[in-house]
Amino acid sequence: MTSEAVLTARNVSITYEVNPPVHAVKDVSLTLYRGEILGLAGESGCGKTTLAYGLNRLLKPPAVLRSGEVTFHDESGTDIDVVALSKEALRTFRWDKVSMVFQGAMNSLNPVISIRSQLHDVLITHRPQMRAQERDERAAELLTLVGVDPARLDSFAHELSGGMRQRVMIAMALALHPQVMIMDEPTTALDVVVQRGILREIMRLREQLGFAVIFITHDLPLLLEISDRIAVMLQGEIVELDEAKNIYERPQHPYTQKLLGSFPSLLGERGDFIRTGATS
Amino acid sequence: MSASQVPVGGTGVLEVKNLVKDFTVRSGWKRSKLRAVNEVSFTLEPGKTIALVGESGSGKSTVARMIAQLETPTTGEIHLDGRAIARHGDALARYRHAVQMVFQDPFASLNPYHTVGHHLERPLKIHGVAKGDDLEPAVHALLERVNLTPGEVFAAKRPHEMSGGQRQRVAIARALAPGARFLVADEPVSMLDVSIRLGVLNLLARLQREENLGVLYITHDLATARHFSDEILVMYRGNVVERGPSDEVILNPQHDYTKTLLAAAPEPSRHGKLRDEVRAELAGNA
Amino acid sequence: MAKGALRQLLPSRSGKLTTGLVIVIGITLFAIIAPFFTQNPRSSQNPAMLPPGADHLLGTTSLGYDVFAQLAEGARSSLLVGVTAGAIAIVLSIIFGIVAGYVGGWTDAGLRLVTNIMLVIPAIPLQIVVASYLQKRSLVLVAVILGVLGWAGGAVVLRSMALSLRTRDYVSAAKVAGEKTWRIILVEIMPNLLPLLAAQFLFAVILAILNEAGLSYLGLGPNNSITWGTILNDAQGGSALTRGAWWWFVPPGVLIALFGCGMSLINFAIDEIINPKLRSAPQAAKRVRKAGGDVVVNAEQEPEKVNA
Repeated sequence: MTSEAVLTARNVSITYEVNPPVHAVKDVSLTLYRGEILGLAGESGCGKTTLAYGLNRLLKPPAVLRSGEVTFHDESGTDIDVVALSKEALRTFRWDKVSMVFQGAMNSLNPVISIRSQLHDVLITHRPQMRAQERDERAAELLTLVGVDPARLDSFAHELSGGMRQRVMIAMALALHPQVMIMDEPTTALDVVVQRGILREIMRLREQLGFAVIFITHDLPLLLEISDRIAVMLQGEIVELDEAKNIYERPQHPYTQKLLGSFPSLLGERGDFIRTGATS
Repeated sequence: MSASQVPVGGTGVLEVKNLVKDFTVRSGWKRSKLRAVNEVSFTLEPGKTIALVGESGSGKSTVARMIAQLETPTTGEIHLDGRAIARHGDALARYRHAVQMVFQDPFASLNPYHTVGHHLERPLKIHGVAKGDDLEPAVHALLERVNLTPGEVFAAKRPHEMSGGQRQRVAIARALAPGARFLVADEPVSMLDVSIRLGVLNLLARLQREENLGVLYITHDLATARHFSDEILVMYRGNVVERGPSDEVILNPQHDYTKTLLAAAPEPSRHGKLRDEVRAELAGNA
Repeated sequence: MAKGALRQLLPSRSGKLTTGLVIVIGITLFAIIAPFFTQNPRSSQNPAMLPPGADHLLGTTSLGYDVFAQLAEGARSSLLVGVTAGAIAIVLSIIFGIVAGYVGGWTDAGLRLVTNIMLVIPAIPLQIVVASYLQKRSLVLVAVILGVLGWAGGAVVLRSMALSLRTRDYVSAAKVAGEKTWRIILVEIMPNLLPLLAAQFLFAVILAILNEAGLSYLGLGPNNSITWGTILNDAQGGSALTRGAWWWFVPPGVLIALFGCGMSLINFAIDEIINPKLRSAPQAAKRVRKAGGDVVVNAEQEPEKVNA
């Protein structure tokens, strides 16, 4: 991991223009370094997903990015002002530079089109000069990369298990060599054993391909295991941002402490968790 | 203890004997049988908690639904106080009086159309716990028992006006309303925000102690299973692959599947280990 | 509680709803009030084939009936047939749809068989056959025929809704609490289907009015009653078209079309409640447009598909 930034957000505020307006993200500044896994932890409604969408300009009305700067530092050395991108430029920027894996994305595969055509679609849209032969090879390569047998290329979504579908979605997100992947609860709907396999895959790919990851989840123990750094969000603000080790060993903010205390230890002492219910 | 409580009667047990459930699966023209639950037996005692642990598709929720009489077992029996349970009529009503269930998703288990008060009045009325003028105070007392105070404020709310944790408390109050002796809790906290899970589990533990409830705790979370229950049954594809006292199962697992599950469960104290493992692996291959 | 629940179910105010309500309420008021102020629609004392004028607002027919008076009386009967038939149809589709979907098993198989038979029999020819078989047809009888033959489509929709609702946790929870089946259907399931039921009722009313007009136009409508359809039938018999008496056939035609249009608009408004996506999309866009003046960054407006 280098200390070279790949994505910086400065003073980002996002508001839902409803009545009364909801300030979902308040003046958040965040730097993502090349090749790191940054965990974004928080509970439902804390603004973590909204922030991620804002970084990628995926906000849909009534959500509006009210102020702030988002800059992408490309490998080539040029800086891209994400906020100012035109519609057309934005289309190439997304997926090409920053890709996304959504919560329950495995259910967003098209049920009537084979995996092959869906991978091809991404390539045709973003790499129009690629020949069919090359696309085929790339599609097979991508599936191998995420640990799915390329023989599955001609399968349809319903023929794959939930875990495999999520792997295919990751393959699609990887298709264009993005430098940043934003993952929003990518494994929440999956069983722990499957989840573990996918996490391992993501970490392996990160080592091999060097992309940076913003990993959004409410599952702090999981983040502690996989992240380099963790940002804890509460009510639209980042209340603590530190290396995973420090978050675990020396949490500063009371909310972080509370979150950590919410997970009874699997193997250790009972801690806060008192079955007799004396604390409640 | 509130006036709404019927005396906790019976010291009997809820016994599940060789429970089997087959589902017919149709794919195109073919019909095949899927065994969701295979020969599951256990005995639920008052004041004790059994955790049924497994992944989705392991059959743990089907066991819960069979005990709650939402599904009929293909074979096998459920005995309450030593007698086979009834499936119809007044005897079924008496069974429901004794055995209640808390569902996983508090956003789905409360009818969006009705108030909280309605959700609690009905079981009180049906099971003759309270009626007429006693109904309202009984509802408020129930709400206060699950820490939703003041009761009259919450009774007037509708589900969408409350948070997930508050809804699940209402669902728990509803299950307690008939004066149940046994409670089936199907992943009661998995849909809730992490910081409030412990509160809901502690609430369940307190109520269990107060009422001497027998609880069947269904979960995929090994950590809470360990701390919340006396005995753990690990289910895999319909079979109970391992069972025993909870600390024993978690700290000294015997079956391979239990070990896999334990290895997959997030454990904060292992932070950074996964990354190092992956790096070591890649370095090894290179 | 009922108030809050009801408010949530009511469609939000929109152009569609307002227009629809104005049309439907207007025609309904016309049907209720106008007959008190017009001359006897069955009086043939007037001169024949008068074009619209001060004495006869919409002229007279070839037999000297006042068209405006007939229109008012026709509105009354047509609406009566529509509402009666609609009510019968909705009750039948509830029985054959919701009960079948919820109870399942043999009850479902039996009820669904009947529904399917009713679905495959072409309704209009059957209505013609039944209507022509009965010599004396009162208004109510025609309404019953239309209602009894017009519920199957609704039942299919309701059945599928009930099928999905019965697996909802709150239905299971009601069962575990010890609720009886009929109470679960009435108290737990039906309220959540109210918007759909309302939409289906409106649709059944439109259909019944149209079918009644069709039957009457063929001369198979209620005897001795005046409806929009019988006016059209008379106009056809009196060769209104060839004689250029537009005032005879245009007003009933326009009223039928307007009423159908008004009901459909209300139906669309209800649709927006059943399907919240339809409702929130334009509103959200509007809200942002309103806020647009001082928005630093224009958010993406088009819901572009991201993963392709």
